[in-house]
Amino acid sequence: MWPIIHKLGSPKWFYTMSGRWLPFLWGIGAILITIGSLWGLAFAPADYQQGDSFRILYVHVPAAILAQSCFAMMALCSVIFLVWRIKLADMAAGAAAPFGAAMTFSALFSGAIWGVPTWGTWWVWDARLTSMLLLLFIYLGIMALRGAFASRDGGARAAAILTLVGVINLPIIKYSVVWWNTLHQGATFSLTEKPAMPASMWLPLLLMVIGFYLIFAAVTVARTRNEIIRRQPSARWVRALAQGERNGL
Amino acid sequence: MSAERAATDNTAAGLPGLWQGFSATLYRDCRLRFRRRSELANPLIFFALVVTLFPLGLSPDSTLLAEIAPGLLWVAALLAVLLSLDGLFRDDFDDGTLEQLLLAPQPAGVLVLAKIVAHWLTTGLPLALLSPLLAVMLALPGHSMGVLMLTLLVGSATLSLIGAIGAALTVGLRRGGVLLSLLILPLYAPVLIFGAGIVRLAVEGAVVTPWLALMGAMLALSLLAAPWAAGAALKLSLDG
Repeated sequence: MWPIIHKLGSPKWFYTMSGRWLPFLWGIGAILITIGSLWGLAFAPADYQQGDSFRILYVHVPAAILAQSCFAMMALCSVIFLVWRIKLADMAAGAAAPFGAAMTFSALFSGAIWGVPTWGTWWVWDARLTSMLLLLFIYLGIMALRGAFASRDGGARAAAILTLVGVINLPIIKYSVVWWNTLHQGATFSLTEKPAMPASMWLPLLLMVIGFYLIFAAVTVARTRNEIIRRQPSARWVRALAQGERNGL
Repeated sequence: MSAERAATDNTAAGLPGLWQGFSATLYRDCRLRFRRRSELANPLIFFALVVTLFPLGLSPDSTLLAEIAPGLLWVAALLAVLLSLDGLFRDDFDDGTLEQLLLAPQPAGVLVLAKIVAHWLTTGLPLALLSPLLAVMLALPGHSMGVLMLTLLVGSATLSLIGAIGAALTVGLRRGGVLLSLLILPLYAPVLIFGAGIVRLAVEGAVVTPWLALMGAMLALSLLAAPWAAGAALKLSLDG
């Protein structure tokens, strides 16, 4: 067990391995999103009540799912960093934060646009909407706190603690539509039940969600790789790498 | 478990135990706070001032004021607690007391809890006691005063506990004040929602006990987690 964790936590090993995965993550993610959005926007049947306006679902739902998954991943990384002091986990958490904030904003923004034709308003102070807004503020707080510390390690640990405190918001978002009887509808996907929409509607959505996850993984891995190089520019393997690239050119 | 063992070991060695450490820190913090009477009054004056601004800014109409009074009093109390948070660890950080506190044989969480209790005794408790006076000025119906005080008593303790995490994270930063509010306000939202909601229910004459129990649950949860998180945050603030 331990050798594997230490191997996984070694920046050099991660850098070499992730270089091989990265093109696949980008490629498959891009293909899935292209197919999913073409299918969803042009070929899926229009909703019998909402007409074509429901198609914003194909951006809204993946963004909202990613906003929460990204936070869960950051919380997991924070635990790994605080307990085992694996720096790679901290780099990944730091790399994921801006993406998560962007996804939260996209979910809120697309939801506001969608709200106009369906609910007749841009914004309601509904439990689901409010808790997502709070999630956005927590993301911004984590990023601001990390940047406020003079020492990198201090900022990293502070951000990890705040992430773990903020994780309390995730179940509130998840169950807000169950606990409070709100304007926002319930979950679109669940592992145990059949979706309430026909397959021609939810299949493109599934493709979009998987595509978003792959792009999330690709962005996080790419940003983590940059962070590795930025943190140890004088490590021997990094210099050898730079030397190799220079010779290659 | 290990804390208990450490405490008994300490007592056996003639060192102060867990309870002595807690009560000594609480006593010291309370005494320090009562020696700076003007600072003690500041959150209360702020609370009263903010509440005064609303009738001036909105309208002195008493039906409108009675309608917004629960939320208004709660927001004002929340902001008063937020403003007082920066002083929770600041002086001890500046004069080095905090390092001694964390070097003490008692676990950091217990000593931090003592500091939080002292903060609540001098901020949240007086705010809750003052609130009926301001509620009368906002024409809040008399039968909901007791519930208002109760929610503020329980809620402000939760606010002090959650706020301690933010204060501990930002105490080492030179300009931590604005950052502190950015970190803490999103976490304060549930307390505000329940606190103000319960008072509104009480105004309408509904049963509030289940909601009060939920507020108590929030207090219990933060009591369990916040002192330890704040202790860990203080350690990293001292490391640099």
